[in-house]
Amino acid sequence: MSQELLITILATAITAGTPILYAALGEVMTERSGILNLGVEGMMLVGAVSGFAFAIKTNDPWLGVLAAMLGGGAMALIHAFLTVTLQANQVVSGLALTIFGTGLSGFIGKSYIGIPVVNSFKPVTLGFLSDIPFLGPIFFHHDYLVYVTYLLVPTLWFLIYRTRPGLNLRAVGENPASADSLGVSVYRIRYIYVIMGGMLAGIGGAYLSLAYAPTWLENMTAGRGWIAVALVIFATWNPLRAMFGSYIFGGIDALGFRAQAMGVMIPSFFLKMLPYFFTIFVLIMVTRKAMANRVGSPGALGLPYDREER
Amino acid sequence: MIKLERRSAPSLAGMILIPLTAIFLALITGAIFLYINGLTSPKGITWGQVFAVYFGMLEGAVGSSYGLSETIVKAIPLMLCGLGVSIAFRMQLWNIGAEGQFHMGAFGAAWVALNFSHLPAYVMLPLMVLAGIICGGIWGLLPGIPRAYLGVNETITTLMLNYVAILWVNYLVFGPWKDPQGMNFPLSKPFEPSAILPTLGNSRVHFGLVFALVIAVFLWFALRQSRWGYEVTVIGESSRAASYAGMNITKNILMVMFLSGAMAGLAGMAEVSAIAQRMQQGISPGYGYTAIIVAWLGKLNPFAILFVSFLLGALQVGGYSVQSSGVPAAIVFMIQGALLFFILGGEIFNRYKIVYRGKTKMEV
Repeated sequence: MSQELLITILATAITAGTPILYAALGEVMTERSGILNLGVEGMMLVGAVSGFAFAIKTNDPWLGVLAAMLGGGAMALIHAFLTVTLQANQVVSGLALTIFGTGLSGFIGKSYIGIPVVNSFKPVTLGFLSDIPFLGPIFFHHDYLVYVTYLLVPTLWFLIYRTRPGLNLRAVGENPASADSLGVSVYRIRYIYVIMGGMLAGIGGAYLSLAYAPTWLENMTAGRGWIAVALVIFATWNPLRAMFGSYIFGGIDALGFRAQAMGVMIPSFFLKMLPYFFTIFVLIMVTRKAMANRVGSPGALGLPYDREER
Repeated sequence: MIKLERRSAPSLAGMILIPLTAIFLALITGAIFLYINGLTSPKGITWGQVFAVYFGMLEGAVGSSYGLSETIVKAIPLMLCGLGVSIAFRMQLWNIGAEGQFHMGAFGAAWVALNFSHLPAYVMLPLMVLAGIICGGIWGLLPGIPRAYLGVNETITTLMLNYVAILWVNYLVFGPWKDPQGMNFPLSKPFEPSAILPTLGNSRVHFGLVFALVIAVFLWFALRQSRWGYEVTVIGESSRAASYAGMNITKNILMVMFLSGAMAGLAGMAEVSAIAQRMQQGISPGYGYTAIIVAWLGKLNPFAILFVSFLLGALQVGGYSVQSSGVPAAIVFMIQGALLFFILGGEIFNRYKIVYRGKTKMEV
């Protein structure tokens, strides 16, 4: 493989991985608080359509991103209300969120099908960083939303592992009853991080409709929200590993896309299956390892917290 | 002051009132979105027009014998997939792969129909049923194996296989199975008459309805009377208690995942044979996903599932019937999602009683 092709594939891995990364980071924060949200796909779709609609209306992609955050956050708020306040089944509520989000995005998006976005996110170079041989073209020839993740990932890592709010977050996800007895508001923290998760998923969706493939198509996330949920398990709820995992997925996506250019004569349908098979494979491997090393999910993940029952 | 008090058992009134209220609120939600959506049109919209849309949906779904038969036609795959999903849910297995299992069932049946076209109907149809059941069942079993032996999260693996199955069907209808006389549409050759499931009377309602009714009755008895039904219920409530009691959880997971997929596969067989009468792209408008709602709304009770399928079938037919007046068909999915939200939210009234208390003095 020539060096140019390798660079192209690695650079594409980053852009293809970025929407998954945003969604996965959101789900990491949500699950850290002990709430499982399977509605990522729905939140991403709502983010994609609201981002696209606002970017068209205002001609400013950043306002689109803002709208996507609000859209994803509002979706997550429904989930938070149902699962935190009403203690509803988290799996079913998440599925409902995906079904609702699919419908809502199709409903809003109907009048936007086939319209190209005039002002989308375009690659920008970052001075000397972009001139570094090999690494520059891979990491620093992207749009601003990619650069945001370079800052966001270490920030979230620091937040989770090195700060007081991060400690509270982990305590709530691990053992809400004892966090509560120490005066940490379980309900408030869960609301905050579920909504934050939705906002990040919303940006992930907007990345698809405003940067990766600047247009709106029904169901354009094509399962990336679910891949993000799977990735969180692979990442063992750690933002740095989520970044690494997202780029692997992005790379597989990119390979499928480029394979025909590289002379691989496999029908494109099979290449498109790769990320889904890879997700299953990764889940099996991770689960085996987790069983051996006893690396587990947040202790209270998926369980409602009822103050009167502690 | 308002206070929640835990109930020992759900009240009968709640079990009837909650679903009715949820349906009402979901329709109101849909109406609000229709109204907001209408405001962006040049002429704006009145609430009267919103209700006219709903009236049009009702009219389209049950207002004529044609509408009614279309509603039943849409309800059949929902019934079969919903019954399949419900037995997995009973064991706390979140099989959300009915969509893929449906596609694989349709694939299996179509493979038989296209490759053995000379067979007479009385051999052909049973073979197609068998192929649909086996292919759907295997597609359910595949994620069941890592779940049973390693505890791999089945929610995600079943869902990933949906995309794989849909891509597989698309590969066939765009590639090797494409009908040369199909004007370049992604369709297979039409099936021979011997491969087409008979209809009931003069309508499009087909024999799949009989499959669904028989399976529902059978499941109802099996869950109530058989040892298998007892084990499924116990494992669903507490797998730890079940393993103490010496039940084989691994075997039960594999069996339930196979059966769950097999029913969705049978739905795929019936749809491809009776309705499409050939393999084609987009053979399911999301039956497998709607089945999740069907199973949950039906509280995993086989007969309730039949009834809920009819309701959601009517919603789908109604949604299509108003599409011509510019209402996006996606509103059907929206109302379905909202319905599930309200049911979930309403369940708190089953678990808790709301008690009003005057300002009581703090005693003791």
